[in-house]
Formats: sequence, C-alpha cells, structure tokens
Amino acid sequence: MPPIELLLLLLLLATAGVVARLHDLFAAAMLTGIVSLLAAGLFVLMDAVDVAFTEAAVGAGIGTVLILGALSLTSRREKPGRMRLLPLVIVAATGATLIYGTWDMPAYGDGDAVMHNYLAPELIAQTAEKIHIPNIVTAILASFRGYDTLGEVVVIFTAGVGVALLLGGLDRRRRKEEP
Amino acid sequence: MRPLRVREMPVLRVVGRALVPLILLFGLYVQFHGDFGPGGGFQAGVIFAAGLIVYALIFGLEALQQVVPPILTERLMAAGVLLYGSVGVLAMFLGGEFLDYSALDPLTAGHHGQHLGIVVIELGVGIAVAATMMRVYYAFVSRYLDAAPATGAPGGGAAGGGAGNPAGEAP
Repeated sequence: MPPIELLLLLLLLATAGVVARLHDLFAAAMLTGIVSLLAAGLFVLMDAVDVAFTEAAVGAGIGTVLILGALSLTSRREKPGRMRLLPLVIVAATGATLIYGTWDMPAYGDGDAVMHNYLAPELIAQTAEKIHIPNIVTAILASFRGYDTLGEVVVIFTAGVGVALLLGGLDRRRRKEEP
Repeated sequence: MRPLRVREMPVLRVVGRALVPLILLFGLYVQFHGDFGPGGGFQAGVIFAAGLIVYALIFGLEALQQVVPPILTERLMAAGVLLYGSVGVLAMFLGGEFLDYSALDPLTAGHHGQHLGIVVIELGVGIAVAATMMRVYYAFVSRYLDAAPATGAPGGGAAGGGAGNPAGEAP
C-alpha cells in the first residue's frame, strides 16, 4: 500500500477511535467531520472523485453543521455511564461480518472483476455514442439511471418534509410577535 | 469582560464576507460543470446550502432569512422535484418515453436533447437538495430558539452563544 494511503487510513482509524472514546460531544462532532474529510481523501486516491466530492460536501460539510444543530438542542457532554457489553458485542459482530464479506470482493484495481466487464463497457461506449458528455458518471446518473435519480430526489424531498413535520420551524416569528 | 458574540468577532466577519460568495460561486460551478467534471446537482445543492448556513452562523439567522425566507425553502423543495419530473413528462409529450431526453430535441437525433435534459434535471436535483438542507437547518434552529427564550439560558445546558449555537445568535 502506498505510504500516503496508509497514512490517511491510520489517521482515519485514530480519529474514529478518539470519536468513540470522547465524552465531549462538540469535539466528537468536529472529529466526525474530519473522519469524512479523510475518507474523501482516500476516495480521491482511489480515483473516485465524484464519491469523494459527495463525502466531503455531505459528510464533512453539511453533516457536521446538522449534528451541531442537533447538539444545540441537547447537552454538550455525554453522561458518564459504565461500558455495556451487549452493544459492544453487536458492533464487533457486525464489523466482523462486514470484513468477512470483503473477502469475496475482487482485488482492488482488478481489471477482470465482474463489475468492469458486465455493464460498464457498454455504458462507457453508449455515453460517447448517445449522450455526448464527457463525464460518464453524470451520464449514468442523470440519463441511463434517470429513474433512480428521480427516486433519490423524492427520498430527499420526503426526508425534508418529515423533518419539517416533526420539528416545524416555519411559524416561529409569527408566534413570537402575536402575544 | 464578557466574551465576544460570534457576530462581533472581526476575523470571522472578514473571512466570512470573503469566503461565502466564493462558496456560492463554487456551488454554481459544480452545478453547471457537472457534465464535464466531477460534481452535479447533489454536491452543488449541498455546497450552496452550506455556504448559506455559514452566512447565517456568522451574520445571524435574520440576515439569512431576509435572503432565503423559510417558506421559500419549502416551495423550492417541491419545485426541484417537479422540475425533474416535468422533464420526464415533457419527453413523453414530445413522443419519447418518460425521462428519455433524446425526445426533447428531435432535429439532431437527440444529442442536444440529452445534454439539455441532463442540465435541467441536475438543476432540479440541486434546487431540491439545497432547499431541503436549508429547511432542515431552519427546523433545528427554530427548535433551538424556542428552547432558549430571550432572557433565559438555552435549554438543556447547551453551549449558548458559543460555537454550538446554530443560529449565530446570542440567546
């Protein structure tokens, strides 16, 4: 593994470990943003710039702001409590299962992997033929997979409506001025 | 000496004034350059909303609400989804299938139609995402301000007036 990726990965692990141990929730929120930023750096090194972009913008940017917003509604420090065994076992088992799942994945950068041979060559050829834009990711997201993206936008819209219904927030001024 | 409020910190004000327009401009670049470089509506919407939220954190919620009234965010959320869907319906009216952008431009065998369709639906995505992020932010902030009446301390022992204050306002 190249040294820069190893460095980012070690930093990522260290930051995640600190987040898990911290009781100061404000610091934990900021460090969560740093975890996202490091992950984005790793994605860039893997040539997945679009994913890195999303990770940086959503995880490090707006995610941190929204966590801070939620934090302002609650206490800044985590209540000290004793370590419970069951959650630890569940988390460890889930992590072990996920790592076990990666054993079946093709090696990183393997040109013979199924995903590089099944639909990808067709879509790459058709992007040049039919869509005529240079960014294949955008062509797939917006045109070949237009239905999926429409569904994703509806999901985001629904999430926004859900938050609006649960937390409200439109009529604050009115309520304040009336009495 | 009482600690400075966020709105009185000169470094934040100067840097914010210089940085926020650049963030918004970068959001627009990501939006409209998405078919040539990395990016697209999702990222652009989030960046744009983050720029506006930074503005609110530094200059106060009221300054932002003059630019983006809360009711506008709800309307834009729906408008973005509608813009996306209406491109699909328009393609059907022009003889294609739902979301078949080639039908938007029958003269050139669909090349420009594809490009046009992608730009418009990405714009719909960007508007919907940015508006949703703003709406969620407003929802959190309104709860915070409700919990912190003008005279009292914020509820639950939150870090009032400090960096944990999402409205950029002293409670």
